[in-house]
Amino acid sequence: MKAYLSRRYLFSASHRLHSEAMSQAENQSTYGKCNNPHGHGHNYTVEVTVSGQVDEKTGMVCNLADLDGFIEREVLARYDHENLNTLPEFSQEVPTTENLCIHIYEIVQRSFHQAHLERVRIEETMMNSFEYAGEGS
Amino acid sequence: MVYLTRKAEFSASHVYHNPEFTPEENRRVFGKCNNPNGHGHNYTLEVTVKGEVDPRSGFVVDLKQLKETMHREVLDAMDHRFLNKEVPEFLHQIPTTENIAIAIWQRLATKLASAKLHRVRVYETPDLFVDFYGEA
Repeated sequence: MKAYLSRRYLFSASHRLHSEAMSQAENQSTYGKCNNPHGHGHNYTVEVTVSGQVDEKTGMVCNLADLDGFIEREVLARYDHENLNTLPEFSQEVPTTENLCIHIYEIVQRSFHQAHLERVRIEETMMNSFEYAGEGS
Repeated sequence: MVYLTRKAEFSASHVYHNPEFTPEENRRVFGKCNNPNGHGHNYTLEVTVKGEVDPRSGFVVDLKQLKETMHREVLDAMDHRFLNKEVPEFLHQIPTTENIAIAIWQRLATKLASAKLHRVRVYETPDLFVDFYGEA
């Protein structure tokens, strides 16, 4: 039997949306308040969904402790209480939640092998959320 | 095709333990969930059904019937129970959220009158949930 397990994690970080490819006026009109040069922050919720056959011995898709440990080490330790613009992945890329979603998907996809990654969904605020399920989906 | 979701809540206790494992293995695999006296959760169940909208009633499904079926088949059996001891599916199977979602699907799939069962989602806590779509 194939089941889908979803787990939600919280982290807080700051960012500034600003593109070097745009003029100051264009940055202002595109990003509005998010272009404030001093940055601003959010409490992000990351929802990770993995899938797989339910193991008959454990009743689990994957051990939650393994998933929690992985996300803690590889995602939360990297992003929690950081200024996203200062991180290498955002040195040339705008730290929108779309891009953040893709980076977190790729971290999990690359190194977490205990279950199949279905998607990463991030809530930037209670009012907006973003999902990425890999290329072509 | 329209999808309709009905929520319900139930509270139950459980313990994760595989008699084929050694005590050390049980503790290592299941951690705190292996406490032999059990522990409990407030579960939230979401049942999603799908179907065409009936032109006469404007309904995908009679919500009252769906609610009654969920109560009869799931909540009466699982609410305020020790799942391992009181629910037949879990006498020989570990009542993980995965297995609870599968058991609920199996209890409901053949009991729905008009609409077709699409998804069973079980929240063990607001931060952990399992979806089952009836896939083998």
